[in-house]
Amino acid sequence: MNLSAPDFGHEVRFGMDTIANMGVFRVRKMDRVNVSTRREDGQEPRFESHERTYEPRVSPSSANSNKAIAAVPRWVDDRLTLAKGGKTFLNKIFPDHWSFMLGEISLYSFIILLATGVYLTFFFVPSGHMVLYHGPYKPLWGQHVSEAYMSTVNLSLDTRFGLLMRQMHHWAADIFIAAAVVHMCRVFFTGAFRRPREINWMIGLTLMLLAIVNGFLGYSIPDDLVSGTGLRIAFSIFESIPIVGNWLGYAVFGGPYPGNGDVIFRFYIAHVLILPLLILGLIGAHMGMMVYQKHTQFPGPGRTNKNVVGAPMFPTFMAKTTGYFFVIVGVIALMGALFQINPIWLYGQYIPYKVSYAVQPDWYMGWLDGALRIMPSWELHLPGHMIPNVFFPAVLFPGLTFNILYAWPFIERKFSKAPDIEHHLLDRPRDNPKRTGLGVGVLTFYFMLFGASSTDVLANMFHVSLNTVLWFFRFAVFIVPVIVGFAAFQLAHEMKEGPQDLGKRKRHNIVVRSAQGGYSTIPVEGRPGDGHGEPEPEVLNPEVLHPEVLHPEVLGEPLHADLPL
Amino acid sequence: MSDPRYADRTSRPKTVERTIAVCFTVSLLSTVGFAATYWQTGPDMLLGVFFAMIFLGMGVGVIAWGKYLMPQGPFVEERHPLTTTEEDKQEFAEAFGRGADSIKRRKLLGKLFVAVNGVFAIALIIPLRSLLGAKTPGSELYHTNFGKGTRLVTVNGEPVTLAALDVGGAQTVFPEGYVGSATGQTILIRPQTTPLVTKPGRETWSPAGYLAFSKVCTHAGCPVGLYLQEFKELLCPCHQSVFDVSTGATQVFGPAPRPLPQLPLAVNSQGYLVSQHDYDEPIGPGFWSRGALWNGHNS
Ligand code: HEM
Ligand code: FES
Repeated sequence: MNLSAPDFGHEVRFGMDTIANMGVFRVRKMDRVNVSTRREDGQEPRFESHERTYEPRVSPSSANSNKAIAAVPRWVDDRLTLAKGGKTFLNKIFPDHWSFMLGEISLYSFIILLATGVYLTFFFVPSGHMVLYHGPYKPLWGQHVSEAYMSTVNLSLDTRFGLLMRQMHHWAADIFIAAAVVHMCRVFFTGAFRRPREINWMIGLTLMLLAIVNGFLGYSIPDDLVSGTGLRIAFSIFESIPIVGNWLGYAVFGGPYPGNGDVIFRFYIAHVLILPLLILGLIGAHMGMMVYQKHTQFPGPGRTNKNVVGAPMFPTFMAKTTGYFFVIVGVIALMGALFQINPIWLYGQYIPYKVSYAVQPDWYMGWLDGALRIMPSWELHLPGHMIPNVFFPAVLFPGLTFNILYAWPFIERKFSKAPDIEHHLLDRPRDNPKRTGLGVGVLTFYFMLFGASSTDVLANMFHVSLNTVLWFFRFAVFIVPVIVGFAAFQLAHEMKEGPQDLGKRKRHNIVVRSAQGGYSTIPVEGRPGDGHGEPEPEVLNPEVLHPEVLHPEVLGEPLHADLPL
Repeated sequence: MSDPRYADRTSRPKTVERTIAVCFTVSLLSTVGFAATYWQTGPDMLLGVFFAMIFLGMGVGVIAWGKYLMPQGPFVEERHPLTTTEEDKQEFAEAFGRGADSIKRRKLLGKLFVAVNGVFAIALIIPLRSLLGAKTPGSELYHTNFGKGTRLVTVNGEPVTLAALDVGGAQTVFPEGYVGSATGQTILIRPQTTPLVTKPGRETWSPAGYLAFSKVCTHAGCPVGLYLQEFKELLCPCHQSVFDVSTGATQVFGPAPRPLPQLPLAVNSQGYLVSQHDYDEPIGPGFWSRGALWNGHNS
């Protein structure tokens, strides 16, 4: 056998690939019961070929209990012939880094959204039909409210577990999108979107877009005063689109908003069926592609562009990720229990002429709200026609945003001097100062817009006039990102040029005083635990090795892809 | 020395094990608490805390188990390059060519087939028109229900007389018969007791100092509900556009691109406030054909 990795030939005596490959554990047990661990080629097993020799740590007695466990996959395989796929699956290697958890947070909040959302559908009545309120919440007695609003109030105040589910649903939505945004940042700043992952970048973006839309729809259907005001603005935004605006607005809202309340039912169906299905499908594709292409990893000992180094799917990754799921459920449940969100019974039913104070959309709409606020009071007049003010900040601007994001992998590719190879080793942000500077600048821009969505709150807080705050943001939105972006570029640049171990953990400096009285620092040598003393990575699944088909032209060592800006 | 790739990642595995056991026990007990709270119709807050503890206990325990008591590696897995052999590519191209050839040979059929599909796609769009509901975009975009002599009524439907407001007061009014109308909503204010000419040509529009402006913001359509008596300004709460009442609700601050349209008022023979005619421009935010179909107010 001409494999570059160890092959545990003796393991065939278990007859089952699955067990055999979980079976590096088994090798050790066999050790104790005196079965040869020698490889077919007569060499020592790999873990003994290091300078250190490792001793088996599982007692022989557990070999028997393992036989019983082995019966389970065997039983499954006999019926479904899953051994090959199952083995690969259980042996799949996951590189470990805290930032790889961000996508998981999104994923798990989405699962929570599905579960809590289904519960809510049992109580929510998606109808704009107006009725006289005489329910359990006395302050609303005698008011005309829609069935959608009434059912939401009753679900919140008169259904055990109802308020908790509603608030968990809302918090989960906010966290879902927040985690997706941070996840996108990690993908951006580490260059994980580069070949071959461009498609997954675009799927991810679509997910984010759908998540934002679905969040807005869900926020709208209780038909309360705050969200209704948001819907009114959304209707104006549809109407602002040139040529088709009126028709599109009417088609989506079933006539001019608020109309006869059709819009509640339409948005409900979109919110609970159409968009969740799309999101679910795309998450499947997103995950499938990630499994197929394998996860990226940061550079480190033993890690190359041609391998993945980390912990196995089973049991380590499975345990951790299941644990994360539970913790996320727990945290969101705690938030749902302790932090009130969207108390619609205090806002009242949406009535077109009623003014709601402190209109605040959910956070992920903040950038658009900010853009609406700081837009100068212009509109474009053409002979007989016009392009309204809101078109620019609320249609053109988000349109550009997403289009540029979609195109980003290709834009960077075009300007990059690096060879067009597969990239499986991640950049650290400092490795590509231009990308990092640009990204930080753009993020700052959106962050400033988000701040601009609170002009009124800020004016109150700092006791300055609204006028001052508005004009501050009109300029700061463009100036601050340039400064911050440039600072990020400089920082990354200096870190890149500086000593290479910068930023690594646990490197102590010794301060030395010279005879002349000057001070200097000497970094101490790396110690185990810094990532320097890590053992050699070991092959778990030798079958996947086919060195003869490795294509150096696509798996070449990545160079740092700097953009010539 | 045992293989660190498989070894526990802790020097005190017993302590970790015990801690995990405690976590799982907390989870278990919380389940009991949760059920009891539900049974006793306890507050949702308590339900939620127990619910959270169930999951946090399990979660923290399982993570600790995975992190400290399971093999961490590093293990390595090789990547397959995401490319196929030249042979595969060749065969793929051939298989595709085989089909494409026989399609290309029948030029007319091919083109017709594409045409049919195009027509089909358009045919699918047509039924979407039903989504428009009963109304297609039309006159309601340009006109409100105010006409010549339409009485102004309050939210309760009561007609408004000259005694309705003190100086500095403000009130929402509608065209009679259309209380609550989204397009007809109008804000009636009284900055002074004598006529206030906001613009040339509006000399007769403000009997006894009453002014009426469309309440629909010209920015994005929110109700402009706040009257700042001191400054004689109207404020829209949505994006803080400010309109100066004495100059005809011209926009003085914020994103609103146009003044709020003013409703010409008069007093009828019974002493009620009425409109002289409809607003003389479409109310509310702009839209593409706002200028095109506008053919003057109904009188
Ligand atoms: C909206 C819901 C989303 C979910 C549930 C989700 C979930 C995940 C998960 C669990 C992973 C693997 C772990 C990780 O690296 O975090 C992943 C990887 C990835 N995601 Fe997402 N994601 C979402 C949105 C996005 C967005 C908005 C983008 C970018 C525009 C994106 C781009 C990617 C890419 C390129 C990878 C592969 C990264 C790698 O292998 O290093 N995803 N996603
Ligand atoms: S809707 Fe009035 S300022 Fe935007």
